[in-house]
Amino acid sequence: MPQGATRLTHLQMLEAESIEIFREVAAAFERPVMLYSIGKDSSVLLHLARKAFFPSRIPFPLLHVDTTWKFREMIAFRSAMAEQHGFELLVHTNEEGRAANVNPFDHGSARYTDIMKTQALRQALNAGRYDAAIGGARRDEEKSRAKERIFSHRNASHAWDPKNQRPELWRLFNTRLAPGESLRVFPLSNWTELDIWTYIYQEDIPIVPLYFAKARPVVERQGTLIMVDDARLPLQPGETPREEVVRFRTLGCYPLTGAIRSDAADLPAIIMEMQASRTSEREGRLIDSDQQGSMEKKKQEGYF
Amino acid sequence: MLRAQDSSALALENWLAEQTGKGLLRVLTCGSVDDGKSTLIGRLLYDSQLILDDQLASLKAESRNRTTGAEGIDFSLLVDGLVAEREQGITIDVAYRFFSTARRKFIMADTPGHEQYTRNMATGASNADVALLLVDARKGLLTQTRRHSFILSLIGVKHVVLVVNKIDLVDYSEDVFRQIEAEYRAFAAPLGFASLEAIPVSALNGDNILTPSGNTAWHRGAQLVPYLEALDVTEDESARPFRFPVQWVNRPDLDFRGFSGTLASGLVRVGDEVLVAASRKPARIARIVTMDGDLSEAVAGQAVTLVLDREIDVSRGDVLVHPGETPDVSTQFQARVVWMADEPAIPGRSYLLRVGNQIVPASLTDLKFRTNVNTLEQSAAKRLGLNEVGTVTIATDRPLVFDPYAENARTGAFILIDRLTNATLGAGTIDFGLRRAQNLSYQSFDVNRAVRARLKGQQPAIVWFTGLSGSGKSSIANLVEKRLTAEGRHAYILDGDNVRHGLNKNLGFTEEARVENIRRVAEVARLMADAGLIVLVSFISPFRNERRLAREIAGDIRFTEVYVDTPLEVCEARDPKGLYAKARRGEIRNFTGIDSPFEPPEAPDLVLHGAVAQPPALADELFGQLFP
Repeated sequence: MPQGATRLTHLQMLEAESIEIFREVAAAFERPVMLYSIGKDSSVLLHLARKAFFPSRIPFPLLHVDTTWKFREMIAFRSAMAEQHGFELLVHTNEEGRAANVNPFDHGSARYTDIMKTQALRQALNAGRYDAAIGGARRDEEKSRAKERIFSHRNASHAWDPKNQRPELWRLFNTRLAPGESLRVFPLSNWTELDIWTYIYQEDIPIVPLYFAKARPVVERQGTLIMVDDARLPLQPGETPREEVVRFRTLGCYPLTGAIRSDAADLPAIIMEMQASRTSEREGRLIDSDQQGSMEKKKQEGYF
Repeated sequence: MLRAQDSSALALENWLAEQTGKGLLRVLTCGSVDDGKSTLIGRLLYDSQLILDDQLASLKAESRNRTTGAEGIDFSLLVDGLVAEREQGITIDVAYRFFSTARRKFIMADTPGHEQYTRNMATGASNADVALLLVDARKGLLTQTRRHSFILSLIGVKHVVLVVNKIDLVDYSEDVFRQIEAEYRAFAAPLGFASLEAIPVSALNGDNILTPSGNTAWHRGAQLVPYLEALDVTEDESARPFRFPVQWVNRPDLDFRGFSGTLASGLVRVGDEVLVAASRKPARIARIVTMDGDLSEAVAGQAVTLVLDREIDVSRGDVLVHPGETPDVSTQFQARVVWMADEPAIPGRSYLLRVGNQIVPASLTDLKFRTNVNTLEQSAAKRLGLNEVGTVTIATDRPLVFDPYAENARTGAFILIDRLTNATLGAGTIDFGLRRAQNLSYQSFDVNRAVRARLKGQQPAIVWFTGLSGSGKSSIANLVEKRLTAEGRHAYILDGDNVRHGLNKNLGFTEEARVENIRRVAEVARLMADAGLIVLVSFISPFRNERRLAREIAGDIRFTEVYVDTPLEVCEARDPKGLYAKARRGEIRNFTGIDSPFEPPEAPDLVLHGAVAQPPALADELFGQLFP
């Protein structure tokens, strides 16, 4: 903020709000944890957490729910970040699911997501007895997210009751809990996708290279470009991966994440492309469109 | 990360510079059900080209069999997010939307119209700069319009746009618009909005949203989006007195101790002298720390870490201020409260109150009046129900640092939390601190409790007996008092009989009256102990909540909760006053143990078993424990 100016810009206001939320979590809870999904929103989240507590280290662990189907570059990036910033990294996989070889192809995306993401998350949260779980969800992402509180209550079985949310006035957060209950906390609630990108640019925040356009091996299925990230992707008869210059707007499990054709190879190009973009970010995610209101339903069951 | 130095980077730099110059406007939409709020927001998103291709495609599909504008779209589908809402066609919670124009970024909160969702409306209002109040041109002002206006003024939203929607359905009639505008201006005059603009629109067709509509050539006023782009809502928070509520103590190692928080208002510089508001301990600002480097000054809204030049006691909840610009530090204030829970607010009951980062036990000491949110009429009331608004006095059990809400929203707003369920029960705004409390500083009396206690050669104390009628409370208390007196100590018994017949003779046995009964007894006990006495309180006091209240009123006075645990059968067999017999015959109602519950203490300081030993032995036991 320039000296002499007494008004904050849009991004400075969002940054300060997020930092305040992080500090509230550290001050008000005994066992917080931050969900780290390695994507661009998580990168911003990590950057804001470091700012919130500087010169202290982030006073809680980061948890990654690893479905075993993440892009390899995501896992490499995760390790690099943990080493660079010295935060405590926890990685959890649903071992029963792994043993049963649960995957998106044989079990369908809905069941796979439930077992390897939602259930895995609940296992990890139960095991850690966390009373606050910080996530990177934004209200502009999806309709049911638009109604969620910044400090969002979960009962002892991690369920969300959208009709019975605590009123949230000013920034007077009610962080009190009964035993077994927890709160999900969303410091990026008021950020938009464009805010995220401009902030990444302005603050020089490292992100997974998959966001930048590059020639990558892909197959096209029902209009969606799927990257062949390893040999586990079953190819259909007659299907051969071909090299295309693509990038990702959002990152998840590689068999369920669609790439877009783009030659935006750096941040300015990405932001310019976003400005001109005419499709919403989650469109590339296959799991959201399984059914009407599917995100709300998943959230009631404990999904982030 | 790479930062390309080519022309697209240059273009982006220019574009970013433009972005950073942009302000942020937080907008609330409210008004009656069916006035078209969701349609209006959908229209704003559509017109600012924020509806993306995939959303548009699914929207058009969903819009079949619905009322649509020229574009063939039911815009409300964009906004009504929850499945329940889409099924019922109403908006039941606050939803946030984001859009921007070339001049401004907007965060828009969409709130429900029904009376049962007044609390959601208050929630949305608490962070809004400006409110769009929708009125259906065919219906004019409704009860909801008035209620929402009142809540806006209560929560302190200063700017209002009266959006007279569906103007197309009254044939773009100027008369209809003028009449609604005039009626609303008359109604809103006492509410004190800083600005009020009326605009005739059709959200469905887009009239007067972006550009002047040919259908309303008579309208010389503003169009909605240009008006919102230009509206000046900025109040220079940095010009107000400096307030820094400490949120988190930042202590990575023994060499660094900083106080992290967000400046609620004002401006602070390195070298400034500051005070801890409650303790008035002074220090100077040594550093203003951020991860991006130290700052020489910080302004309202910035989240920073302050380092002081000396070690003083500061913790979460403390407020750092400049000397000469200090806030109220008081245990009592007058406030307006919006009640948000099914269980009513009852004066005397203890809640948790949060102002800034301070969380303290508090109770409503007086409900001055209730305001009818539909007519603004004030009337006397004993309790506040769901969605009701009252003017109250609130007492906290330790001094609270605050400002009147009109002077500082971030240090003058509060929420009330239920101590058992943790639900957020209500929200309020502080009108002013009560002088009486402000002047009542414990240090200001030369003769204080310690002096008086020394004079009597004893440690003041409150011994609170709880137990069923006939359990032996009064007999034991009586023996203890006799023995204390014999030893030259000064004691006094407060019991149901001597208080109910005098001080509390106007109180009955309703829930409110029982709460007030205990509150008064606890206050009297505190005063007597403050005078240096040992006070023995013998009350059935059946409810945990009220016993906790008594302990809190006692404050730092030594308080001992003694549970005289005598089984109901034993008490009933004794029945010294014949009360159990009467209760069994139905001649007394609400009798504890018979048709009114007794909540045994969860952690009493002392338990005396009334069925096992006689009162003299129990009195000895108590004496040995408390007055060795």
